[in-house]
Amino acid sequence: MDRIPILRMGKFLLVTIQVDMHDRMAVELQDDLTNMITKTGAHGVLIDISSLEMVDSFIGRMLANISAMSSVLDAETVVVGMRPSVAITLVELGLPLTGIRTALNVERGMALLQARRAMEEQEIFDDSVEE
Amino acid sequence: MTLLRNEVVKIQNNEDIVQIRQIVRSWAVDAGFSLVDQTKIVTAASELARNTVDYGGGGTAELQLLNEGMRKGLRIAFEDHGPGIADVELAMKDGYTTGGGLGLGLGGSKRLVNEFEIHSQPGEGTRITITRWK
Repeated sequence: MDRIPILRMGKFLLVTIQVDMHDRMAVELQDDLTNMITKTGAHGVLIDISSLEMVDSFIGRMLANISAMSSVLDAETVVVGMRPSVAITLVELGLPLTGIRTALNVERGMALLQARRAMEEQEIFDDSVEE
Repeated sequence: MTLLRNEVVKIQNNEDIVQIRQIVRSWAVDAGFSLVDQTKIVTAASELARNTVDYGGGGTAELQLLNEGMRKGLRIAFEDHGPGIADVELAMKDGYTTGGGLGLGLGGSKRLVNEFEIHSQPGEGTRITITRWK
């Protein structure tokens, strides 16, 4: 498999990384995702890394990049399913995953995105009522 | 200290970085490492293999399964004949990079292992040896 598939679920995009990615693949995913957000107007991206046995600084940076790029494109990214051993290693590696939203699993991540979306829509509604 | 097993693996490209991660993982399992320790040495190996490709222009990784008294260890030596590192002390600092990376590879991988040795000669290459004991 050359590329990581991106699934569309309503207003959100779902990516499940199931292979040990080489660096070029990670960069392609970053590009593909930003393109997909623009094309679909998605409001959220869910990245499931529960199959990943390790996250090094390159993959960590890719996740941070995706998160930053999607927020510029008005979409929130949530990274879900990080294994405890991966989390421990990342912290010791010194990787600042600040700015990346995480959730324990896909279900909670999806709930987070939906809650966030509902809140925004409510704000838009409130604003228009005030006018 | 006795050497139980020895293998030299080429590290030339992106795919080789993935391959070395998988080889190190299986050796770490054989050494009886815990899941966290497996993950640490695999991550350190991934960082250093990437340095070998990106900065050293490719090279080799020599894996050694060691036995010392009651404990087992996994030692990996990454070697390249690239430009070398002019200021090793500076290169070890977090956040310092001459490439486009985060500058966490050397300092970060040192924190993930028990022993870390670096020899670099400008113009001749770099040899980095890491060891993790069970």
